[in-house]
Amino acid sequence: MAEFKLRIRRYDPESGKPPYWDEHTVELEPHRSVLEGLLQAKGTTDGSIGVRCSCRAAICGSCGVRINGRPGLACHTHLDDAQYRAKDGVIEVEPMGNMPVIKDLIVDMDAVHWKKVQRVTPWLINKEPVPEREYIVPRESMIDVTQSMACIQCGACVSDCLTLEVDPLFVGPAALAKTYRFVGDPRDAAHEQRLKDLAEDPHGIYSCTHCFQCIEACPKGVAPMSQIMRLRRIAGSDFAINDRNNGYRHEHAYVENIRRNGLLHEADLLPDSYGGKFHPRAVPALLSSLPAISKALLRRKVTPAKALLHPHKAPDGVKRIYDIVEGRDERIELNLYITGTDEDNAEPVVAS
Amino acid sequence: MPAHDILIIGAGLAGQRAALAAARKGATVAIMSKVHPVRSHSVAAAGGINAAISPADDWRSHAYDTVKGSDFLGDQDAIEIMCREAPDEVLHLEHIGVTFHRNEKGEMDLRAFGGASMKRTAYVADITGQALLHVLYEQLMKHHEVIDRYEEWFVTSLVLDDAGSCIGAVARNIRDGHMETFSAKNVILASGGAGQCFKPTTNALICTGDGIAQAYRAGAPLMDMEMIQYHPTTLVENGFLITEGARGEGAHLLNASGERFMEKYAPNKMELASRDVVSRAEQTEINEGRGVGPDGVGIYLDITVVPKKRTLEALREIVNIGKDFAGVDITREPIMIRPGMHYIMGGVKTDVDGATSIPGLYAAGEVACVSVHGGNRLGANSLLDTLIFGRRAGEHAADRATSMAMPQAGTGAQRHDEQLLGEILARPKTGRRISEIKDELGTTMNRYVAVYREEEGLRTAHETVRRLKDEAQTAYVDDKGTIFNQDVLGAVELDYMLDCAEAIVVAAIERKESRGAQFRVDYPGRNDAEWLKHIDISRDGDDTPAVSYSPVTITQWQPEERKY
Repeated sequence: MAEFKLRIRRYDPESGKPPYWDEHTVELEPHRSVLEGLLQAKGTTDGSIGVRCSCRAAICGSCGVRINGRPGLACHTHLDDAQYRAKDGVIEVEPMGNMPVIKDLIVDMDAVHWKKVQRVTPWLINKEPVPEREYIVPRESMIDVTQSMACIQCGACVSDCLTLEVDPLFVGPAALAKTYRFVGDPRDAAHEQRLKDLAEDPHGIYSCTHCFQCIEACPKGVAPMSQIMRLRRIAGSDFAINDRNNGYRHEHAYVENIRRNGLLHEADLLPDSYGGKFHPRAVPALLSSLPAISKALLRRKVTPAKALLHPHKAPDGVKRIYDIVEGRDERIELNLYITGTDEDNAEPVVAS
Repeated sequence: MPAHDILIIGAGLAGQRAALAAARKGATVAIMSKVHPVRSHSVAAAGGINAAISPADDWRSHAYDTVKGSDFLGDQDAIEIMCREAPDEVLHLEHIGVTFHRNEKGEMDLRAFGGASMKRTAYVADITGQALLHVLYEQLMKHHEVIDRYEEWFVTSLVLDDAGSCIGAVARNIRDGHMETFSAKNVILASGGAGQCFKPTTNALICTGDGIAQAYRAGAPLMDMEMIQYHPTTLVENGFLITEGARGEGAHLLNASGERFMEKYAPNKMELASRDVVSRAEQTEINEGRGVGPDGVGIYLDITVVPKKRTLEALREIVNIGKDFAGVDITREPIMIRPGMHYIMGGVKTDVDGATSIPGLYAAGEVACVSVHGGNRLGANSLLDTLIFGRRAGEHAADRATSMAMPQAGTGAQRHDEQLLGEILARPKTGRRISEIKDELGTTMNRYVAVYREEEGLRTAHETVRRLKDEAQTAYVDDKGTIFNQDVLGAVELDYMLDCAEAIVVAAIERKESRGAQFRVDYPGRNDAEWLKHIDISRDGDDTPAVSYSPVTITQWQPEERKY
């Protein structure tokens, strides 16, 4: 048994008072979860602490919270780990971000999360004819979609999505991961429509900024951002969907830019995304970016010389990477259920 | 006042399946749950779902295995229906999108499971329940125009009319605390089991026996309540479930001397004997000093014998559970487990269409007792039970709704419940804390009503439950608010649990023999002459459980000695 201090973000909507911090000391074995800590505080001292919870085993997805500023499941975080990460020895527990708080640690997931899930047509659209028995599909395909199927809709990824913070209309990591569950499913008849829908949506697959927060946040290894990137690859490479948001062309320009320069040549990236400096589409895009460009120059983020004459050229190593990746017969998609993690693949410990 | 043809209480697999089936028949449907539907405890089912879909299999073989698993207490007419309808149901699930794992030919793969004479368990890695539940919820989202969802509503009581028919329910919207009376031509209870009566348990915190107690209070008899399943593999650390799928994939059980002790207890099926047999064997090893771990209270489950690649793709969840909750890498070392409370075979007595003794009241899933599980449920039969009888209840209720007028539930029940909640909120801080009472209940039940039972312990448990019932009347709450007041609902749940616990204990005292999950040290043999019958528990007027019996339906399989 050890003592742990919890600092819980409380909010009582009926009090008319702003949120406040509330400290509780609990006594539990160090490997017990933060949720057990919260429940002990609730059970022994203050029954009014609001927290959703049910299974205690990281499968129902109820207890998404922020612990020491990082999103996750309270039941899936050990007290000793949480204390180790706490900035002053007190474990801080707050409601998740990007969603309105109802009470204490309870947020309104309907308003943000479930609405987005509903938006992606979240059901199988059957390939016809529906067979009398099961659909015959490749063994790997079902294992592959199991990774996105493993999403428990806890909202941890939604909580810390940087795009959602600036664009509340962004479909979001969880709903897009759910989309892959259908796009990766060979029984679904609407892969192209789904992808076109979400590529053309100005808040769809190309709004993800690649920040990795959702991958860090996900307690189930769903890796939403990886699923979003797969949606992009399939949309662009397999269905040649050239979206009106310029998402696909931008991605393509980026890849070519690195192939040439090794390091990003920003002055080229924008016009290339619109078809090159002299393309009619590029001119208005460049003009509208002028304020941002001049601000960057003023703040000396770039110098005119560097911006225009990018001196760096791609070394051979970069070219080799491109050759290897492009020389493959098929895209290799990493999937936890198939490849495991590095840790999983470590050699067995040899008894000495 | 909301009014629907069908009001479904509980949104796990049974409830969602009932909703979809009833809506398909054209009924107006409301589905209500105290948690968001995907948080329902069906989500935790891991291993798979049984169905004789292989051309080499036959539903009669599945049915016989189930009858034998039930220790001949299961009703064979119901078991036949479940097993005969299983293949179509599982194929239906496949068609609406469940990502069942495939074999090399691209057909649905099947894994071995306990008590089954061949491989017949379809699965999605070891998250089958989650996959099923989320896919059904996808269908609820698809059919949102014909199925009204009341998410985070807590039912406080069922409403009966003067003739004794169920015509609705009273519920509290957890989010804003307001109470409402729902009228319905039919109410389907699908609110799950009562695992929280025990501590530890693999069951979620929401499994507080709400529906069992609501039906009991409304006058419906409960059946087979003494039959509590202890799952053979729960983590010693905290009681979490390790799926039977692990043993299905080939994992071994070892005692302190590294012996595969199941050889002694079930030489043919070994680790894949039925759950009551394996749990008893483990408990015997532990009681006789051959347990592992510091206090000798555990058994080793050795998954390292399963090829690592297979473990990673098919047992991913328990790899995580081992790592995160026990600090063990199950691909490299054995993990310590022991029997733990997992499932309640008993529940509200229903017929094969889910109808209870109260007109207009149905029950399906763990809340109900058809009885297809009898004395012991086979692994991967519970998901099947929820879906088959959820669907049948939904369809039957929808048919019943076509030939009747919409009843008008009065407001008396709501006023009563509002008063009750008000009274709980007003209690002075002189009684015991709710969590204390709940803890004492759980540890008492787990001590005396577990794998091995005897009269004296059961009597002690009953006295304790009666005392806790009194104490619960004055248990106080801290939260006086209306928005998300979980505290006051906790008090109502505690009363539900105590009703369930009492029915469990009374039935266990009554059955003076050993059958299935009920092993009486003082009556160690099965006694078909006297006890091949169900025990029914009903509530008489002054809150004392009354015992009666009902016959076991036998169609083709006469009771015989049970060996694995």
